[in-house]
Amino acid sequence: MSQVPDQHGRFGPFGGKYVPETLMNALIELEEAYLKYKDDPDFLEEVRYLLKQYSGRPTPLYYAERLSEHLGGAKIYLKREDLNHTGAHKINNTIGQAVLAKRMGKKKVIAETGAGQHGVASATVAALMGLECKVFMGEEDTKRQQLNVFRMKLLGSEVIPVMSGTRTLKDACNETLRYWVSHVDDTYYILGSVTGPHPYPMMVRDFQRIIGVESREQILEAEGRLPDVVVAAVGGGSNAIGIFHPFIEDKDVRLVGVEAAGRGVDTEEHAATMTKGRPGVFQGSMSYVLQDEGGQVLPAHSISAGLDYPGIGPEHSYLKDIKRAEYVPITDKEALDALGILSRMEGIIPALESAHAIAQVLKIAPTMSKDEIIVVNLSGRGDKDVESIMSYLAVEEGQQS
Amino acid sequence: MSITTGSNAIDTVFAELKAKGETALIPFMTMGDPDLETSVALVQAAEAAGAHMIELGVPYSDPLADGPVIQRASERALKNRIDLRDCMAVASKAKVLGVKMPFILFTYFNPALQLGLERFFDLLKEHGFSGVIIPDLPLEEDAETRALAESSGIHLIPLVAPTSQARVERIAAQAKGFVYCVSSLGVTGVRSTFHDGIDSFLSTVRKAASVPICVGFGISSREHAERFAGQADGVIVGSAIVRQVEDALPLLTSSDEAERKQGLQAIQDFIAGLKPRTSVS
Repeated sequence: MSQVPDQHGRFGPFGGKYVPETLMNALIELEEAYLKYKDDPDFLEEVRYLLKQYSGRPTPLYYAERLSEHLGGAKIYLKREDLNHTGAHKINNTIGQAVLAKRMGKKKVIAETGAGQHGVASATVAALMGLECKVFMGEEDTKRQQLNVFRMKLLGSEVIPVMSGTRTLKDACNETLRYWVSHVDDTYYILGSVTGPHPYPMMVRDFQRIIGVESREQILEAEGRLPDVVVAAVGGGSNAIGIFHPFIEDKDVRLVGVEAAGRGVDTEEHAATMTKGRPGVFQGSMSYVLQDEGGQVLPAHSISAGLDYPGIGPEHSYLKDIKRAEYVPITDKEALDALGILSRMEGIIPALESAHAIAQVLKIAPTMSKDEIIVVNLSGRGDKDVESIMSYLAVEEGQQS
Repeated sequence: MSITTGSNAIDTVFAELKAKGETALIPFMTMGDPDLETSVALVQAAEAAGAHMIELGVPYSDPLADGPVIQRASERALKNRIDLRDCMAVASKAKVLGVKMPFILFTYFNPALQLGLERFFDLLKEHGFSGVIIPDLPLEEDAETRALAESSGIHLIPLVAPTSQARVERIAAQAKGFVYCVSSLGVTGVRSTFHDGIDSFLSTVRKAASVPICVGFGISSREHAERFAGQADGVIVGSAIVRQVEDALPLLTSSDEAERKQGLQAIQDFIAGLKPRTSVS
């Protein structure tokens, strides 16, 4: 497979830089800085040091024996990204970008956030490196995730509620880009997923690849061979590309991305971009998008705020079209059931995002033989979701009684 | 500045204005706010107010380059399920009613892409457009669109920003119609100050461009228009007009014909009041 993206930030027909002219120079400056530092030994050493000493990497690859036996099929390994500092994979990327921002001489950073995980990870590294940080968060999300709002404030960041459009992640991204246009001279934008204009999809992937690099080494050490299937949840797609990427050349390893089907792909309330979307330009790049016939972007729905997004990173669209990865939908209910099962079988409460990946594992593991292996990315821990799970279950019970 | 003697109406208007020593006034309006019929009437009002050409804005769900005023207008229009073709039809309807000035469509890229770029340009021609502005389609991504624009005789009008630096020459060199100079960093909307280096920026663009240059983003008064009249060939006023429309919504949507006329007159007066007082000398 040829190297993607190309110099224009293209993954086949996907990717690119579809932004107002006012941002072009900032993106070019960012790309030049990233290309300058990405192979620089001092830069890499600083990132490696922080990942190890600050975030606690490498994260374990844990054999979920009880769950595997319960399902009676493939052996299931969990890549424990939930054990990172701040509780999710997001910090792999924010550490990398904050080190880069510092090298570029930027003193101020901004970030968008949905549920608040990327916002917390950004606020954390901003505190660590003495950077001034503003986090843009949809007003709806600030209400649903008050604890994370408080967490970011404790870390010294300012949280700016976004009142435009859907008042969720999609419009938080728009507002961050708009703010960046006005403050492009002194501000660095820490984008949280493998989405947006080039070079973000490439750069964020490079910072998240550590997940797959470690998983590959760890499974070879534990089992002496590669897994048959790698499973990960996909919203924008950063944890999935992170674990997929080092396996892309291993043709016998099936790569499965799990997207949020919300209340079902046949309803209007889902975030199943690959299943129900089609290619278009959204927030700076060409990729699959949930949109109406006229090209207006549709609001997404998922119980998981991290997957509640109508777009997806361009490299995923490329992997889908060249048939290297497959993308499947999982409903809110299936994800909740999976969350309960993992909690009871293994004593691990996964994030709602990661619970979607677990739900797919519950479907495929029993159809596989006992000498086959699944590696699933447990991208985050579920503590942040306990309140929304409680209220969801309360509504469910209310409907049943 | 040299003007090509093509048949494009934008070129013709700039040539006439240059001969008279006047600066072009180019209003922007969000189509379908509050409804399509009113949009047609507002276009007529703009011409009556002395506009020289007009930008018809297509409402979009994710208007990245726009500030709150145009965002709100887009949301109102999208509630009426206004699509790209509806917006184009405003031009042909206005022409039937006698509007003579050139039409420029302002749309984000995705609606055009979903329609199909060839069909998009066919329809622009059919509805009598002379130019198109696509704010999220930079030079690096516009090859196919530019080729189609050229073959259909429609000007693809590019934006340049104070931060464009080395890109100014490349953008200006292949610009058609005019170069749209962004007056300040940020999104569209009313503001009191322009970018510090605006004057040297405009003279850089002027040197690089072989077509007229116009200034937009944040221009909301006759004083602003006059400030740029000597340096630019035209001024674009968007949010300030859209906000007037917003303020006049109760009148514009009134079932009382007299009130409706009063609303349209208010917009017409506002646009007329933006015209820079430039003289021939």
